[in-house]
Amino acid sequence: MTSRSSRRLWRQVALHAALGPLALLWLLPLWMMLVFSTMPENGIFSPDIELLPRGEFWANFQALQAETGFLRTLFVSVVVALVTTGLSILLTSMAGWALVRYRFRGRWLVTALIFGTLTLPYFVVVIPQFILVARDMGLQNTWFALIVPPLFNSLGVLFMRQAFSMMPGELFDAAQVEGVTEWRIFTRVALPMARPTLAALAIILFLASWNNYLWPLLIASDPAMMTAPVALGTLIGFTRVSWASIMTGAVLLTLPMVVVFVFFQRFFMSGITAGAVK
Amino acid sequence: MARPDRSGHGGDPSSVVLSNPAPESPPMRRRTGTAYGFLTPYLLIFAVFWIWPILYSFWLSFLATRQLPWTFRPAMTWGRLAQDPAFLNALENTLLILVVQVPVMIALATVLAVLLNSSLLRARGLMRFAFFAPVVVGEVAYAAVFRLMFTADRGIVNKVLEAAGLPAVDWFSDPTAAMALIVMAVTWRWAGYNAIIILSGLQSIPDDVYEAATLDRVSPIRQFLFITLPLLRPVILFCVVLSVIGTMQLFAEPFLITNRGGPGGATETLGVFLYRQGFTVLNFGYASAVAYTIAAIAVLISLLNLWLGRERA
Repeated sequence: MTSRSSRRLWRQVALHAALGPLALLWLLPLWMMLVFSTMPENGIFSPDIELLPRGEFWANFQALQAETGFLRTLFVSVVVALVTTGLSILLTSMAGWALVRYRFRGRWLVTALIFGTLTLPYFVVVIPQFILVARDMGLQNTWFALIVPPLFNSLGVLFMRQAFSMMPGELFDAAQVEGVTEWRIFTRVALPMARPTLAALAIILFLASWNNYLWPLLIASDPAMMTAPVALGTLIGFTRVSWASIMTGAVLLTLPMVVVFVFFQRFFMSGITAGAVK
Repeated sequence: MARPDRSGHGGDPSSVVLSNPAPESPPMRRRTGTAYGFLTPYLLIFAVFWIWPILYSFWLSFLATRQLPWTFRPAMTWGRLAQDPAFLNALENTLLILVVQVPVMIALATVLAVLLNSSLLRARGLMRFAFFAPVVVGEVAYAAVFRLMFTADRGIVNKVLEAAGLPAVDWFSDPTAAMALIVMAVTWRWAGYNAIIILSGLQSIPDDVYEAATLDRVSPIRQFLFITLPLLRPVILFCVVLSVIGTMQLFAEPFLITNRGGPGGATETLGVFLYRQGFTVLNFGYASAVAYTIAAIAVLISLLNLWLGRERA
């Protein structure tokens, strides 16, 4: 008995000795982001190793704001992420609903096309998307360009189809017999029942839009329509703005998402694993 | 088609394990009009911004687009690929990252998932946070931090190396170091993501398998090798395929951390090369050929993985 419990203790110590330092190492970039953002510029490049935050965040941020109008880019990012998430949820849940609830001509083809793109590299479509939106439509630097082309995603349909297929169809049939329209069955019965899935999907879509880099970089270079990651990207590697100021921008991009992650971890987890396990 | 409307399948929630719960469980009604009513907005976006671009970029990949009018000259696109040293360099860099980074990261993610799942673990929430938090960090923000941390002159990493009596490394001028930096950065960002997926696979393995093995005095390491790993194979394969597709499209890290694939193209990936051809030089035809090459390689390697990892009877 004692040998077993001492072996257990030894294992526990070994586990923490392996995982603890690695966890600290993994936290370091995020921690340093925070620390750097609070330092005077000469603090970052001082010969000492400084691991504790200082008090210059606000001054650094003001420098960033003065040089780039960062708040405007944050505003663009928030609007784009919110609208994209809302619209994308609506479109994908409607599509998922149709695939589960109805039999119709072309159902197989539509399903195959949608899920066939799940693993297609984005690079295959980005050039024509750019030609279409920028040249043919002439819509560079518009809300439309930032919001509409990224709306399509097959993950949302996969999610919602899964959620609807778990619901008892008799319930919808009963509502239909009562004379409730299909649209009302969808919005008043099915969608409320799918709330956990909708939450997970919303978080994943918001995060993807918030962090999206390549498309906004291509399509919105005008400072008035730049998203925050694009604006921050233009500063990296140039001396227009100090590193400490760039770090305040990085913190403002990252911290809200980390907070959301902490409070809604379970939705993140189900969002990330949905494709894998099911 | 002849399936009865009311088949009465209720969809048994307890059947949601690793297998597929039949997506057709609720009774289906044959109503093409209503169905397309719900589908149209989605399909419209799909058709305009995906289907059309997929077809159009295939067509583009045969056109010489350096000057107007665009003409059909595959020799200028597909023909050029094989003899363009810059493309071959980007291809080589991408495959090198793929071969080094993906196995290291998946192995790390598997070990992390097993350790984070251990009943012996204390401070579980904090530990998970440490490895999973990078999942929410955007490419630009983390690229900025890595760039700053690895600055050659008085970056924190070199300060620590020097304090430990090691030579400082010129991370952005030395080709090998720059490549190592990209590998480290991508691993930091994605190991936790894969660990989350593998962890969910782990949690679907029933406990009594391990209880029986423990009673039979099978050591934990042997349990890992002979029970856990084989049962995790499909999930790990899924992670490998995702990572291959992601690595083939690696763009933001070499673009931002090592300054557009520097030094001197040493970390230029296919993604950066495509960006340069497509959006700096505006050679859409050639860039499309590169895009299709990326897609083809991603599909090939994924299929190869699935084939190598298939269940052997």
